[in-house]
Amino acid sequence: MIWNDEFETLPREAIESLQAKRLRQVVERVNATVPFYRESFEKAGISPFQINTLDDLKRLPFTLKQDMRDNYPYGLFSVPLEQIVRIHASSGTTGKPTVVGYTRRDIEMWAELMARCFGAAGVHQGDIIQNAYGYGLFTGGLGAHYGAERLGASVIPMSGGQTKKQLMLLQDFGSTVLTCTPSYCLFLAEAAREEGIDIVNLPLRVGIHGAEPWSEQMRGEIEEKLGIKAIDIYGLSEILGPGVGIECIEAQHGLHLWEDHFIPEIINPDTGEVLPHGEKGELVITTITKEGIPLIRYRTRDITRIIPEPCICGRTHVRLERMSGRSDDMMIIRGVNVFPSQIESVLFKIEGVEPHYQLVVNREDNLDTLEVQVEVNEVTFSDEIKELQSLSRRIQKDIKEILGVSCQVKLVEPKTIARSEGKAKRVIDLRDQA
Amino acid sequence: MKVQQISIFIENKAGRLAEVTRVLGESGVNIRALSLADTSDFGILRLIVDKIDAAQEILKSGGFTVNKTDVVAVEVPDRPLGLYSILETLDRGRINVEYMYAFAEHDGANAVIIFRFDDPDAAVDLLRKTGIHMLDGEAVYNM
Repeated sequence: MIWNDEFETLPREAIESLQAKRLRQVVERVNATVPFYRESFEKAGISPFQINTLDDLKRLPFTLKQDMRDNYPYGLFSVPLEQIVRIHASSGTTGKPTVVGYTRRDIEMWAELMARCFGAAGVHQGDIIQNAYGYGLFTGGLGAHYGAERLGASVIPMSGGQTKKQLMLLQDFGSTVLTCTPSYCLFLAEAAREEGIDIVNLPLRVGIHGAEPWSEQMRGEIEEKLGIKAIDIYGLSEILGPGVGIECIEAQHGLHLWEDHFIPEIINPDTGEVLPHGEKGELVITTITKEGIPLIRYRTRDITRIIPEPCICGRTHVRLERMSGRSDDMMIIRGVNVFPSQIESVLFKIEGVEPHYQLVVNREDNLDTLEVQVEVNEVTFSDEIKELQSLSRRIQKDIKEILGVSCQVKLVEPKTIARSEGKAKRVIDLRDQA
Repeated sequence: MKVQQISIFIENKAGRLAEVTRVLGESGVNIRALSLADTSDFGILRLIVDKIDAAQEILKSGGFTVNKTDVVAVEVPDRPLGLYSILETLDRGRINVEYMYAFAEHDGANAVIIFRFDDPDAAVDLLRKTGIHMLDGEAVYNM
């Protein structure tokens, strides 16, 4: 269902002229209200009046996550604090969190975009949405919640964790939609199986999953184990939170980014140069309607490409290919770039291997080592040593062939690898401690 | 003429083997015979027990990966060349042995060898034709 028929299907020229107009406004606004931007424009030798067309965007300097940290907590806000009605912050595992503030209009806009996302995922009034994203400083829970209410669906503010209760509500409340991270979704499926709950035959119909990178194979696994359609959603707190983009249920291919509010660019992460449509690189987003903390050319560190072909669903907003990982998640192992999602894809292709894996990176004698820990289950287990050894070798060989990096495979007992109730921790890098 | 064996995946870390035997023992399962195959990272514990289904359930709920396999129990006279005559028969019949382990019967007159064959049906046929004495499941579980 298209929630906002007028804006979601705007002709290309109309989108672009709207973007150009809003870009001029936002650049003028941040120049006038945010000292950081005034200085950064000055340093780049750019005056806001020189920004007239979409093509001028590339002349503006980037905003980095570090800039948000340097201006902690409120330095990048573009309105006085009295106009901020909500404050969220990232988890900030390293150092200070990044802080974002929303005006009343920002909250409205966010609810509107999240409602569009639910619509694109085939969710409508009458649906019961079990929202298992965390409520709190994290944007996931409240972001999805307001969108669900805007849509007119019934939302259960379950938040993350409490797996037994999640399963109870899925059965007793008849939830038809589940919003959570993909790894938690699989964790729930596993817990359901252990409790003897036939999750496939529950009313649950759609899962909306994001907040961490996942693979096409993992989607297959979720859809099969829960008997649902699994939809990829994109968002990041710096830009908005969940709802920046989403796949449509019609195509399940590429995430529509709401271009009346954001301008996407793909750049070469090393040179900063803008890449043509279709090429893979780092996603850069400019927010053109946000009031609280507008960001100009924010480097998301997410690696993707723009899918140039129009979508079958009728929406005219561009699609981004499924994120292949965040450049922060990228490991460099003996000079080879490796994303956890690539290893995940390799594992999924091997019969019986489950998505419970962890990567341990270490350094021995100045050489990087990669250990891939994979849980043994009833399908892959054999009473013969040689069978298990051949499984290890097969994984090793496939990873070497596809990623070009050698690794050690360690088979571990089930449940050895911590199950995440939020974002899955896939990589343990011990190199800095060595 | 087949006997069921359970095998358990055990990571090479302290206390895992003890944990298996504790879980089984506390549920009243008795171990008849066992063999442990190990590599530097992991081991496979193979057990013949008196209550197979119960043992499998208990271990599974204890978080272990468990499989059931068909093996063949052969009674071997406790004298020189007793084992040789059996292996020789298998060799001539081109039956492959994946692994084997032995234990003694209570009365001490015979040894029992547990064989894991790649083709257990063919092995049972051959052994039966040659007149080699095999034990059925019940006999081994209740030994």
